[in-house]
Amino acid sequence: MKSLKPIVFLSCLVPLALLAWDGYADNLGANPIEAITRATGKWTLILLLVTLAITPLRKISGWQSLIKFRRMLGLFAFFYACLHFTTYVWLDQFFEVPSIVKDIAKRPFITVGFTSFVLLIPLAVTSTSGMIRRLGKRWQQLHRLVYISAIGGVLHFLWLVKADIRRPVLYGSILALLLAYRLVRGGSWSAALKIPGKNLSASS
Amino acid sequence: MLIQRPDDIKAGEITPKEAYLNRREFMKGATVAAAAVASGAGMADLFIGARNSHAGVKLEGVQKSSLSTTEPANSYKDITGYNNFYELGTDKDDPARNAKYLITRPWTVAVEGEVKKPKVYDIDELIKIAPLEERIYRLRCVEAWSMVIPWVGFPLSALIKRLEPTGNAKYIEFRTLYDPRRMPGQNRNVLEWPYVEGLRMDEAMHPLTILSVGLYGEVLPAQNGAPIRLVVPWKYGFKSIKSIVRIRFGERQPPTSWSKSAPQEYGFYSNVNPEVDHPRWSQARERRIGEFFKRPTLVFNGYADQVASLYKGMDLKKYY
Repeated sequence: MKSLKPIVFLSCLVPLALLAWDGYADNLGANPIEAITRATGKWTLILLLVTLAITPLRKISGWQSLIKFRRMLGLFAFFYACLHFTTYVWLDQFFEVPSIVKDIAKRPFITVGFTSFVLLIPLAVTSTSGMIRRLGKRWQQLHRLVYISAIGGVLHFLWLVKADIRRPVLYGSILALLLAYRLVRGGSWSAALKIPGKNLSASS
Repeated sequence: MLIQRPDDIKAGEITPKEAYLNRREFMKGATVAAAAVASGAGMADLFIGARNSHAGVKLEGVQKSSLSTTEPANSYKDITGYNNFYELGTDKDDPARNAKYLITRPWTVAVEGEVKKPKVYDIDELIKIAPLEERIYRLRCVEAWSMVIPWVGFPLSALIKRLEPTGNAKYIEFRTLYDPRRMPGQNRNVLEWPYVEGLRMDEAMHPLTILSVGLYGEVLPAQNGAPIRLVVPWKYGFKSIKSIVRIRFGERQPPTSWSKSAPQEYGFYSNVNPEVDHPRWSQARERRIGEFFKRPTLVFNGYADQVASLYKGMDLKKYY
């Protein structure tokens, strides 16, 4: 299973490569900055959902080794979130800090998006094996922030579309399923909420 | 008649049309037309009508207008490839992809309500009502992007004068086609169909307001609202209703589709105004398609000199 890591790593870079190729080939349409913003946001959400799917998949399939990929996938979600945020700050707002601050304060979809991004930072910083050891039980508690970040990401998307809510609702439904699984089957989330469930293992 | 030439429209900047005249797509469309005989027109008539009304057919006798802007027009590729036309799909590239479904012959536009001369116009008759002019206008979408588009059309006022509106005609309501076979996006109620829009009578009579039948000197492509659409350049783009089938004159302000969908976000007037934000995003700046940096949005989309007087004394924050 471990030899699959390079494959997963490269797969996670494919969306970026395709985006770069499209940019080079002038295939991003009439509004390329919007296309880049949308694509990087989409892949942030997708990778977050994939990361959150590892535990349910692991428990259902019995493939314990799936856990090995979770950190890489989570960090790639953070990577695309950084690209998404950088696109906004640089290509959309041209580093104009007052304008950005105003946006974050006044526009709900940007407030929730920015919050979701910020919540991922401590998770990325504490993703190393050394940090896992150092923080012990508190690592678990800290990393529950990913649930809030994912919910915020879906709301961010929902609150920016004009009328066609199909895609945000789709992501939200998948997220709801993944969170419901944890609620029902136990693990760190139900432990946090002190819900009696099948606490199958200490680490979820 | 005074004819002026805008000085910096460069024909060389126009993308070659051959790249976008997708003849295979046309044949597909023509086959659909032949298969969906609507009103007893012969198969031959349908074919000929469809061919003459297809995007890419040159319009004759188009005159320049002093009401055109001198700003450079966006490319044909961008104008026909980046569209909000939910009847043909909600992604920006959907309308071009689904254009083949929108058969525009036969087509009628019914004019009714508070007019002395109501009539059902065949589209080919309606196109000839007034000399065609080229109107190069800015179009500002409520999503905060904009383009400069070289429309071909005639003033709406030319049509209105012929119809002789009565004293009760204070507002005009426009309606788009409702036909999910020709507009596959209408299979989903992302908006309430058919799409409706409206203008106050003085807005409709204004010289800037046109009915457009073409683009870059050629017949309007489906994704841009074929065969006939409204263009009101000082308002957000969604007011410029596409693929019109009915125009009704009345006493009361008509409901409009986006306002029905989200009344706190979209109003009847929808005048471009950097000082009145959309509840969820700012309207102070916009991205002109093709440009890297954003530009400040101008009140009334830069047409303030010509239209501000229509709204004198009106609280534009209240009547958004």
